[in-house]
Amino acid sequence: MSYRSPLGRARGLGSAREGAGHWWAQRLTAVALVPLCLWFVIGLVGMIGQEHEPVVEWISEPITSSLLVVLIVAAFHHAQLGLQVVIEDYVHHEGLKIAGIVLVKFAAILLGLWAVFSVLSISFGG
Amino acid sequence: MTSRDRPLSPHLQIYRWQWTMLLSIVHRMTGVALSVGMLLLVWWLVAASLGPEEFADAQAFMDHWFGRLILFGFTWALFYHLSNGIRHLFWDAGRGFELQTGYGTAWLVVLASLVLTGLAWLAGYGII
Repeated sequence: MSYRSPLGRARGLGSAREGAGHWWAQRLTAVALVPLCLWFVIGLVGMIGQEHEPVVEWISEPITSSLLVVLIVAAFHHAQLGLQVVIEDYVHHEGLKIAGIVLVKFAAILLGLWAVFSVLSISFGG
Repeated sequence: MTSRDRPLSPHLQIYRWQWTMLLSIVHRMTGVALSVGMLLLVWWLVAASLGPEEFADAQAFMDHWFGRLILFGFTWALFYHLSNGIRHLFWDAGRGFELQTGYGTAWLVVLASLVLTGLAWLAGYGII
């Protein structure tokens, strides 16, 4: 038998109040990153030794810009979810742990936005 | 602390070492390394958006032997994490838990990461 209340069961969020959200987001971004990373590596290999102009031309193609933005968002989201788990597992001092997780999340948002805005400014010819 | 007397699960040191454990910890290590390596991706994109001079600086760094070494490590880490990540996704779907399958897919992951890294760099040097 289950001791959980019917409401608690229906919400399915458990004691941490987040349910399978973290787990699911990590898997979803993982699945997205498989083809995105393969595409990006192939694209990069084609860009080796190129000057600024052809690279910028490649990045500013709508399909490249779109995929790059999706790649950046998925990769940074996936990275900060993973780093959070690593910190939770190995940092046992409560204050340091929270500080580390907050730092990782802030850095991911900042760096991710920086990369996204760079792609957009290239594709809009700025 | 009410939890002090509770039994603990056996610590890692108790288990006989098996090399699939190595794959597991390397998955984490490559994950952390890739996260740090994403700074290079940001730098590359930001430099490209700033202009030819800044971009040439970034390219020069990546072209240096030290830069190439980092990129080579990054490529292997990426392909390892990607291959082993697919292994993890199969586990999430409830497949591949048999002992022999687990060892087999472990070999497959190592092999795939090496082959893919080799292919990418051979293509990069224009050899294939």
